[in-house]
Amino acid sequence: MTPTLGSVQPVLQGRGLVKTFGRVVALNGADLELYPGEVLAVVGDNGAGKSSLIKCFSGAHTPDSGEMLVNGEPVVFRSTNEARQKGVETVFQTLAVAPALDISENLFLGREVRSKGILGSVFRKLDTKFMREEAARHLKELGIGTVQSITQTVETLSGGQRQAVAVARAAAFGSQVIILDEPTAALGVRESARVLQLIKDLRDRGMPVILISHNMPQVFEVANRIHVQRLGRRAAVVTPQTHTMNDVVAIMTGALTIDESDQALPPVSTSVS
Amino acid sequence: MSQTPTVAVDLAEEFMEPRTPLQRVQGILHRYPYVSPLVVLVVAMVVFTLINPRFLLPGNLSFLTQQTVVIGTLAIAQTLIILTAGIDLSIGAIMVFGQMVMANLAVSVTASNVLPIAGQNPIIAILLGILAAVFAGAINGFLITRFRLPPFIVTLGTLSVFTALTLILFKARTIQGPEIPEALKFLGKTIKIGDFALMYGVILMVAMFAIFAYILRNTAWGRHIYAVGDDPVAAELSGINVNRVIFSVYVVAGFIMGIASWIYIGRVGSASPNADPLINLDTITAVVIGGVSLFGGRGTLIGTFIGAFIIVVVENGLALAGLDQAYRVLAVGILVILAVAVDQWIRKVKS
Repeated sequence: MTPTLGSVQPVLQGRGLVKTFGRVVALNGADLELYPGEVLAVVGDNGAGKSSLIKCFSGAHTPDSGEMLVNGEPVVFRSTNEARQKGVETVFQTLAVAPALDISENLFLGREVRSKGILGSVFRKLDTKFMREEAARHLKELGIGTVQSITQTVETLSGGQRQAVAVARAAAFGSQVIILDEPTAALGVRESARVLQLIKDLRDRGMPVILISHNMPQVFEVANRIHVQRLGRRAAVVTPQTHTMNDVVAIMTGALTIDESDQALPPVSTSVS
Repeated sequence: MSQTPTVAVDLAEEFMEPRTPLQRVQGILHRYPYVSPLVVLVVAMVVFTLINPRFLLPGNLSFLTQQTVVIGTLAIAQTLIILTAGIDLSIGAIMVFGQMVMANLAVSVTASNVLPIAGQNPIIAILLGILAAVFAGAINGFLITRFRLPPFIVTLGTLSVFTALTLILFKARTIQGPEIPEALKFLGKTIKIGDFALMYGVILMVAMFAIFAYILRNTAWGRHIYAVGDDPVAAELSGINVNRVIFSVYVVAGFIMGIASWIYIGRVGSASPNADPLINLDTITAVVIGGVSLFGGRGTLIGTFIGAFIIVVVENGLALAGLDQAYRVLAVGILVILAVAVDQWIRKVKS
C-alpha cells in the first residue's frame, strides 16, 4: 500500500457539493481536492462560489448535498467549531478577531485554557500567563514576534498585524489544513508580501493551505495548483507552470475550457520535502 | 526549519512615532476607561468638601454608601448587559417585581388584605423572589436571542409588562415595614464603625462587584461577554455560541436584580409596587458615566462602581451646597453626555 503519486490521499476533499440559498445556486456539484504539503489557490469570478465552497469546509455553511472528507474520512460540519475539531482552521476575510480583546485573548478566543487544579475547576480561572506565553511563542514561530506586547488590544494593530494574529491563530490550532479567505484584500504591498511569506512558511512546515484570492500575481507566486471555480463548480485545476494568468482568467470567464487529461487533478510533485 | 523566517520585519516601528500629550491621554483612557470617572469622582468630592465640610462627615459618607446600594447592585446587571451591546430598560420593573413577590409571600397572614400566598417561610420567600427575577430576566433573554429582537424594544415592552403584572398580581398594595419579617430586612442592618454606619447590603454590593469583576476578567464566560459585545460575527466565527452567551447574561442579570430586590426591602424597610420608577435610567447613567461603552465590548465594573457613586455624590453634594433638585438633575445629565463624548473620542484611538 505504498502510495504512488496518483493515489496520494487528499487531506481535504469535497465531492459534488451543492449549496443553495433560496433560488440562488451557490454550489452546483463542486469538487475540491487538497493534497498534503501544497498551497491550493481557489480563484473564480464573483459569484462563482469560491466563498460558499470555502465556507462549507470551514463549517460556516452546511452543504445541501455532497460529501466532504478529511484524510479520507467523511465529515459533516454544522459549525466552525466542528470543523476546528477536525483540524480545519479558517482565516476569514473579516479575520474574526475581537478588536477590544488583546492578542493573546484573540488567539485563544473560544478555546481558552483554564488554570490547573481547584482554581480552574471550581473558580473557572483562566491561565492567562500560560496563554500569553503560548501566544508569544506562536507569533514568534511565524516570525511575527515583534509586536510591542502580547497584551496589546487588536484594534491598536495595523491591518497586516491583525492579519498576522488571525493567521497565527489558525496556525496554532490547525492540525490538518489552513484556509485563508482573501488574506491580502485589505493590505498594502509590503504587508501583502509579508502574508504571502507566511503562507510559504506554513507550507514549508508541512501544512497544506487553501488560498482564496482575486490577485493573480499573488496566486501565481505561492500556489502549487490553481483550482478555478466557475458557475458553482470546478472548471479546471491548473498549475502556474503549465498555464498563464491569461489562461486562468479565460477559464474563469468560460472563454477557455481545458480537457480533464490536461489538468493538474492529481498532486503535482513540487519541491515538497 | 533551518533558517529563521525572513518576515520578521519590524512590526514595532509603527509604534515608534512620537505621540502628542493628548494622544497619550487618549491611550491611557483607552487602556483604563475608568480613569476619567475616577478623576470626576475625586474632583467632585474635593469641591463639595470645600463648599460644605459636612460632606466628609462619617454620617454623610455612610448615607452616600446607602444611597448607592440599590443603584450600584442593579448597575452590575446593567453593565453585563451593556457589555454585550444590549440594554435593559426593565431592570427597575424586574427589581420591584421580585421585591413584591418576596414581600407578599413572607407577609404575616394576620396583616390586613394579604394575598392567599402569604405566610411563607421568609427564606423561601426570598429565594422565590430571586427566582422570579431570574425568570423575568430569562424572558428578556429568550425574546432577544430567539426572535432576534433589539434589546431596547424587548425591555421597553417588558418594562410595561412587569410593572403592570406587579400591580395586577399584588393588588397595587404597599407592604409596610412592621408587616415584613426581619429576614427580608436583614440587609438593611448596619455595623457601626464610629459614626460610620456600614449597611450589610453595602457589603453585599461590594462583594458582588468583586465577584463579577473577577468573572469578567478571569473566566472564559467573562471574556466571551466582551467578545460578543465587541463583534458578534467574529465571536460566532471564533466558535463562541453568541446566543447562549447573551441569554445567560440576561439570566444572570435577573439573579442580580433579585438580590437587589432583597437589598431594596432592607434599605427602604417596606415594599411598594411604585418604588423608584426611574431607577432603570439611573443604572444606565451609572454605567455610562463609569466609562462602559453603550456599543458593547468595553468597560469595567470598577468604572460602573465609580459611576454609581458619582451620581449619588453629585446629588448629595449639590444638595449640601444648597442647590435646588433641578440643578442636580441638570448636573447628572451633563455628566452623561460628557461621558459618552469621551467614550467616542477614546474609540478613535489608533496605533
